[in-house]
Amino acid sequence: METQGIVVITKLSARTQTTRIITLILGSMMILLTACSEQAWNNPYPDADAGKNILYSSFSDRPKHLDPARSYSSNEYAFLGQIYEPPLQYHYLKRPYELIPLTATKMPEAIFYDKQGRRLQANAAPELVDRTVYTIEIKPGIQYQPHPAFVKNEQGEFLYHHLNEDELSEIFTLSDFAQTASRELLAADYVYQIKRLAHPGLHSPIFGIMGQYIIGLNDLAKTLSPVYTELRKQGKHFLDLKQYDLAGVKVLDKYRYEIAIKGKYPQLVYWLSMPFFAAMPEEAERFYSQPGLIEKNIILDWYPIGTGAYMLSVNNPNLQMVLDKNPNYRGDRYPSDGSPSDAANGLLEDAGKAMPFIDKVVYNLEKETIPVWNKFLQGYYDTSGISSESFDQAIQVGNQGEVNLTEEMAAKGIKLSTVVAASSYYFGFNMRDEVIGGLSERARLLRQAIAIAFDYEEFISIFANGRGIAAQGPIPPGIFGYKDGKAGFNPYVYDWRNGQAERKSLEEAKRLLAEAGYPDGVDKKTGKPLVLNLDITASGPDDAARLNWYRKQFKKLDIQLVIRNTMYNRFQDKMHKGTAQMFIWGWNADYPDPENFLFLLYGPNSKVDVNGENAANYQNKAFDRLFDQMKNMENGPKRQAVIDNMIEIVRHDSPWLWGLHPKSYSLYHAWYGNSKPNLMAHNTLQYKKINAPQRDEKRAQWNQPITWPIWLLLIVLIAGTLPAFVTYIRKEHRVEREADNA
Amino acid sequence: MLNYIIRRMFYAIPILIGVNLITFTLFFVVNTPDDMARMHLGMKRVTPEAIEKWKADRGYDKPVAFNSEAQGFAKLTDTIFFENSVKLFVFEFGRSDAGRDIGFDISQRMWPSLAIAVPVLILGLLANITFALLVAFFRATYIDFWGVVVCVVLMSISGMFYIIGGQFLVGKLLHLVPISGYDTGFDAIKFLILPVLIGVIGGIGSGTRWYRTLFLEEIGKDYVRTARAKGLSESLVLFKHVLKNAMIPILTGVVVVLPLLFMGSLITESFFGIPGLGSYTIDAINSQDFAIVRSMVFLGSFLYIVGLILTDISYTLVDPRIRLS
Repeated sequence: METQGIVVITKLSARTQTTRIITLILGSMMILLTACSEQAWNNPYPDADAGKNILYSSFSDRPKHLDPARSYSSNEYAFLGQIYEPPLQYHYLKRPYELIPLTATKMPEAIFYDKQGRRLQANAAPELVDRTVYTIEIKPGIQYQPHPAFVKNEQGEFLYHHLNEDELSEIFTLSDFAQTASRELLAADYVYQIKRLAHPGLHSPIFGIMGQYIIGLNDLAKTLSPVYTELRKQGKHFLDLKQYDLAGVKVLDKYRYEIAIKGKYPQLVYWLSMPFFAAMPEEAERFYSQPGLIEKNIILDWYPIGTGAYMLSVNNPNLQMVLDKNPNYRGDRYPSDGSPSDAANGLLEDAGKAMPFIDKVVYNLEKETIPVWNKFLQGYYDTSGISSESFDQAIQVGNQGEVNLTEEMAAKGIKLSTVVAASSYYFGFNMRDEVIGGLSERARLLRQAIAIAFDYEEFISIFANGRGIAAQGPIPPGIFGYKDGKAGFNPYVYDWRNGQAERKSLEEAKRLLAEAGYPDGVDKKTGKPLVLNLDITASGPDDAARLNWYRKQFKKLDIQLVIRNTMYNRFQDKMHKGTAQMFIWGWNADYPDPENFLFLLYGPNSKVDVNGENAANYQNKAFDRLFDQMKNMENGPKRQAVIDNMIEIVRHDSPWLWGLHPKSYSLYHAWYGNSKPNLMAHNTLQYKKINAPQRDEKRAQWNQPITWPIWLLLIVLIAGTLPAFVTYIRKEHRVEREADNA
Repeated sequence: MLNYIIRRMFYAIPILIGVNLITFTLFFVVNTPDDMARMHLGMKRVTPEAIEKWKADRGYDKPVAFNSEAQGFAKLTDTIFFENSVKLFVFEFGRSDAGRDIGFDISQRMWPSLAIAVPVLILGLLANITFALLVAFFRATYIDFWGVVVCVVLMSISGMFYIIGGQFLVGKLLHLVPISGYDTGFDAIKFLILPVLIGVIGGIGSGTRWYRTLFLEEIGKDYVRTARAKGLSESLVLFKHVLKNAMIPILTGVVVVLPLLFMGSLITESFFGIPGLGSYTIDAINSQDFAIVRSMVFLGSFLYIVGLILTDISYTLVDPRIRLS
């Protein structure tokens, strides 16, 4: 008995111990889960960042380039625009868009010269102008961000420009350098960057167009090409551009430089607001050209160096990119001149205050739209776009077509911002195609008939959730030359009725088709049905519906549409060779000038001939002549008249279905301030502000953890398996009893 | 055994050459060097000269596989294929078409992949064995029946559903963990809970079914009958004898996937914003970065071969009857 008693006590002790251990583990887990963080459990950011003046955003594709000579995409400009500073910028609030000085002291004046070198008047005719000179003076005292490339030792030599293996062994990112320094921005830095556009190793996308204008740029490229090839053979990376002159671009003194271009090209000032023309210190390129740093991916294309309001302090585009406030930034002032609606929207409350307002901007990599949307709703992102999946959750469209936020969004204090993008998405005809192309009456009527039948209003409603407007011509709203209402509708496709443009009837389209020689979609000459081919790259799951819709539009005219779905590369190849019959294309504005859209139809800019951006290969001598005239004119009634003539010509010829101008919808939380869409400016972050305490309060309120389903699940699992265990224990006892009995 | 391993490593060389050749052929059937240049240089204002320069800088201006203008052996070596392939065999991955050092990127990105793959493997293994033992132990009862039903249901659900559903339920509705993201060190734990949980749950259906089959096969063998005849309890039979013997196929199945853990998960990493090698490969395919694609395919093939060799070795360790010769 005594022995049995000890056994029982031991078993009890063991059970008690086990129970205690389990209780301890569960208790610890609960304490860990609840006490390890004062923030919500689902907060993706470090606790230390709570309450800080940080803006949170996301990016889906890593920037390909962060070198201002190479970068040419909006997702890259989102970073570069905050770091690099060109001499000019767009006013943040004013519309239409207005260029103003950034690092320049004033707007550069164009000085015209004739072939004899005599100065011409400001209104000189373009044919008299041999060259134009822009002199740019920059503000003194502007400092670069802290950077190891500027650090010098006591002897005045650069400390980090000749790193040895020992020194390199400690370096993995730019932040591993112990020391940083800065220096003043000089005019020579701007000249150096312009020379970089001709650097053979950089492949600057604007070298082609700038080579046409900047005097000596093509010659410089020819000089540099063999030198660079030789350097690469020797395993060297640094091409010292200071040793080579660029005839048209000169440093005049410490703060002044001039750019001389061939002829007249008023659009150059717009380019001067883009990162291509930002300042680049020569020290940076020398520093980043060290083979040891290149091996570790510490390169200029990855670690920018600028004078802007922010500097890139973390560049891990596989995970996160962080912009920190540049401590050397001069603190430009928030604009005080805005429209009355800006004042009413509180956009002038910070007028005159030093910028930037936000200390740090964190961009997280998010490859999928669903997590971004959900994190925005939880308050972990301050702004968000609206994907098609979340459109109905965010937006409700009223009976009159008015766009409002849903009650759920409004209850969270979320605000909506909409703007028509300076973009055109069009349906192009290859004007060199024998059937659909050319300027013959037959082909023109055929294209016009299709233009009427192709219902872009329906397309926008079905496939863009109403986010867009049907285009009346190549110029989008917000660009000089665009006309709204009755003055701006396309009379070849629409009629003006009841104060609005109404698409012409299908009967009218069929009449035009018959007039073109294709009654009921049958070629009168051959008696065969008319078959047209659309070359397209469509591989997504949503594309099938869109392609069917395209077929339906042509079916309205009894035209058979064959969709030739190809890989993107094959499509590009067809476009270059001019073998595509019809295609869908788009263009985003580089700058707010009609030249940047009308050149898409300029004959000498044909895709097939010169690999230009005239993808339809449209050629009309009258249009080309007017384009040459228009591109050099100042905005005003005369220019508008020329543009009106040009638009009339292309509407008549109809080389495109004018397609749509997309409307951009974005959402932002109540704590995000000074938000006004600016489609041209790149340095917009410095204007934005955040109310961090309000954000923290809302995050805590919206993200209370809910744990009861976990406990319920555990109880269900335990309850479900309990009968089986009871059965098992009984069975075991039975076996033991049977064994004892035996 | 050493001779066997060396011989297997030599066998690997033609396999790797073949894999490289197939990758190369498939890639360049779809993409010409001109296409790659256009993709990298962007959509706007790309001149033919820029395309030529881009190709020349990366050696894509040479003939693809045979250089008729070269002399002698250079007809084969002075080609895109040879120059891009031969260095892989000494694990020199070179630079990506975007200019970054691929070896360095791989060394950085394999850790987040491992941070998910290792816990998923270990916890998944534990969960699968536990559930398989449970249903095998209660075979022919309602637990076995419903266990199999649940397993089939779990197997039938798409992996994508687990991810989106998991993010919606655990991250969005219950607010228990962040929906997506990643951090380094211990801060990574809160980001790993959900993808690991989803990885484990997503694998339970097939894993449990597979292991249950192994256990039931062992249960039917003579030594189990003998153990029962000796009067051992069912739990002792199952945990001490059946589990030990069934571990041989389990172990060898695990060893073969060990090296591939480095390669990451394509979908999971993409949805959870985890900067691993899976998303690295996907991004390279999307951006037509052949240098990365060929490196990752080569690495994947090499690791798979290593996994197979390790499996053979592990057989000799767990089953003394097997000798490598």
